[in-house]
Amino acid sequence: MLSPNITNIAYLIAAVLFIFGLRGLAHPRTAVNGNRTAALGMILAIAVTLLSGRFEWQYIIIGVAIGGVLGAVAAMRIKMTAMPEMVGLFNGFGGAASVLVAGSALVAAMQHATAAGPDAQMKIATVATGIIGSVTFFGSYVAFGKLAEFLAVRWKLYTWQKIVKYGFSLIVTAGAVWFGVISINEAGVPLAAGLMLSGVLIGGLLLNKKDRFPGMNALKVILGAVAVILGVLVVLNPGNTMLFWVMVGAAGVLGVILTFSIGGADMPVVIALLNSYSGLAAAATGFVINNNVLIVSGSLVGASGIILTNIMCKAMNRSLANVLFGVLGPTGDTPSDDDVYAGKVKAASAEEIAMLFDGARRVAIVPGYGMAAAQAQHAVRDLANLLEQRGIEVDFAIHPVAGRMPGHMNVLLAEANVEYDKLREMDEVNPTLAQTDVAIVIGANDVVNPVARTDPSSPIAGMPIIDVDKARTVVVIKRSLSPGFAGIPNPLFALDNTLMFFNDGKKAVLDIITAVKES
Amino acid sequence: MDGFVMILTIFVLALFVGFEIITKVPPTLHTPLMSGSNAISGITIIGALVLAGRMDGSPLAQIMAFVAVIFATINVVGGFLVTDRMLKMFKKKD
Repeated sequence: MLSPNITNIAYLIAAVLFIFGLRGLAHPRTAVNGNRTAALGMILAIAVTLLSGRFEWQYIIIGVAIGGVLGAVAAMRIKMTAMPEMVGLFNGFGGAASVLVAGSALVAAMQHATAAGPDAQMKIATVATGIIGSVTFFGSYVAFGKLAEFLAVRWKLYTWQKIVKYGFSLIVTAGAVWFGVISINEAGVPLAAGLMLSGVLIGGLLLNKKDRFPGMNALKVILGAVAVILGVLVVLNPGNTMLFWVMVGAAGVLGVILTFSIGGADMPVVIALLNSYSGLAAAATGFVINNNVLIVSGSLVGASGIILTNIMCKAMNRSLANVLFGVLGPTGDTPSDDDVYAGKVKAASAEEIAMLFDGARRVAIVPGYGMAAAQAQHAVRDLANLLEQRGIEVDFAIHPVAGRMPGHMNVLLAEANVEYDKLREMDEVNPTLAQTDVAIVIGANDVVNPVARTDPSSPIAGMPIIDVDKARTVVVIKRSLSPGFAGIPNPLFALDNTLMFFNDGKKAVLDIITAVKES
Repeated sequence: MDGFVMILTIFVLALFVGFEIITKVPPTLHTPLMSGSNAISGITIIGALVLAGRMDGSPLAQIMAFVAVIFATINVVGGFLVTDRMLKMFKKKD
């Protein structure tokens, strides 16, 4: 067995490795080693933990084996287009693990309690972990469900979606009711009923087909207050573990409602925020079990999530409060589709678009979620390579909230072997667009809507956009004139210098490639 | 409360270190940053392992910790592997 000092020094080394690892992410060249450095830190921390005490091994071995296989399979098989779903889900696992560790530590502490009981730090930290972790877990499940398009939707679901959707609701509800029933004698009727109620609420709310209902914001405030009040009660009566679980339940309902109302455009913000919560939950767990490495790593992750959340909010010109409580959507005085589009939209064929590249010197490609949905990234890369062979300079212009999570487009284009120095940020690309001959917008909408600059009453007013309308010609590849997440028409489509190519993203790009080769 | 002030200090300082290094991560790597930091937040596994393996633990506490071990391991293993897979794609061709 290792002495506590050696263990703690090894934890310190692990924390330093995490910091070096994250620092490696400052550049694509050093990033692979950075991630491996952090992984090494994790292995060290785990190894030292297992060497520092005497354990009953069966739960440890079985748990690590199950989790390891599930994690490895998920990591190897996930498609790059589905990264937002995976990160969303994994945030939730982190939150759940923190809640369970805090709960388990509370039970263990009460079992071995001295006359004084657990100290104030542990009690308060347990409450904080329970609330943050539970909001993270249930919020992340909702984010996952909305990204995988089986929660809050009206259309017909695939079989696996039905299994996950109804299975999860059933397990949460049945689990809460069962736990309430078996502990009704020990915990008393009010607490048992409270737990059952929260389980039923979570299970039921998740089946809702609309993402908003009246009184939702008031409910968010009330549930937050209830969770905090229950938390205070837990601190005063740490021996009553049922109280802890009712608090976790109330926080769970809060997590569901907070995330449920958030629309697709705001998903990058929510995922970043939940990422931050999962870190803060881990840090809070560190306060529960008095462990420095948990605190350091948790705060690194918490800080990372906060920074990303802030970047995403800025990129949409919205405050965090507005994302969490506000409604993004068309207002009464938004012009109708007919006013904007009637008679002005020009549809083009692949051949006409191919002709645009004759004599072009600069082309900018602006991808959006539609590129991911159509799995068009490889075709887009081929088009870019083809144009470069003809001596045209090709850049990719990436809006910070393009796609459904921060950096989503960059990962897809990297998967397709586009060099990272061709991926340009919005601020870098905007000044060059006036000298760009052709801007190709593929599957993006709101992030190129000039209304953000021109109409102060628009729901996206003030949002920084990629100024494709300043390019000499704009080609928009899109299935139809349907609006983006903001639900408003886009006058870009009706501009004199815009050509619409109505088609599936991948097929459209392949058609253009064929046409360019033939011309 | 001495111990508490100590770890509170560590918490606050670590937040500042976090802000300093994360601001330097370029937008192009934000997705791997999220999945990688997610794996790091799986550090709760340390608490889960100790509680799951306690020889004098109550069955309830152990089962909760067991489930926590599963969740945290998924986070750690899945998070680091998927980040590695992504980062390997960010290569510059010569």
